[in-house]
Amino acid sequence: MSDRVPVLKIGDILLVSIQVDLEDQMVLDLQDDLSQQIVATGARGVVIDISALEIVDSFVGRMLATTAAISRVLGAETVVVGMRPAVAMTLVELGLSLGGVRTALNLELGLGYLRRAQDTPPARR
Amino acid sequence: MKEYPADEASREEVEIRSSGDVVKARQAVRVLAQQAGLSLVNQTKLVTAASELGRNTLIYGGGGTARAVIVRDVARVGVWVSFSDTGPGIPDIEQALTDGWTSGSGMGLGLSGARRLVDEFELDSAPGAGTTVTVLKWAR
Repeated sequence: MSDRVPVLKIGDILLVSIQVDLEDQMVLDLQDDLSQQIVATGARGVVIDISALEIVDSFVGRMLATTAAISRVLGAETVVVGMRPAVAMTLVELGLSLGGVRTALNLELGLGYLRRAQDTPPARR
Repeated sequence: MKEYPADEASREEVEIRSSGDVVKARQAVRVLAQQAGLSLVNQTKLVTAASELGRNTLIYGGGGTARAVIVRDVARVGVWVSFSDTGPGIPDIEQALTDGWTSGSGMGLGLSGARRLVDEFELDSAPGAGTTVTVLKWAR
């Protein structure tokens, strides 16, 4: 059994800070855990901190995009924060621009975005 | 791909049998990329390419071997990395190198994306004969 990335609840926000070199199974487990936690806690926002990640390949990139989409369906907005410049340059060259994923430079800006998003009523889709 | 003189002392080999081994392989590649003096962006590109190729070796090739070594040309240093498997092979290489094409559940960015991230790229494969992908990134 592989390690799991902890999902922390702060008010109505779930915070995930990825601090280890991710194996693919951990990526899939995290997606499951987050989806369940959103429903269990009624969270309105999710922040995924990837500042410690040295690479984001297509598998992790896809997880971020899928997680953002799942969260939205479950009523929570996702913000990915802390992407390193070298990771951003590599991701785009790889062919992944993470369209549909809200990003912010750091945790503080990500939380600020979620707070503002929560002050306005959710858009109907 | 042209053969370049290798720093034999730097040679690394990782058997790929699990997703944990893919992590080990890319960590080994990162150490060599740092030793070879690649910039942070180029290290990131090479390690990301290694991650894509290592996953392909595991998922499509049924496992295999990652090899990496520091190589030298006249006035430059680089990192050579190869992933070999004895899996089913790729019937149509040109198609496999197209963005968005996948034989599995992926996004089809692995091979084509990895090729964009490196300086030299070679794909050897035939149906039933396994697949070897070799890449090289120079420090500059």
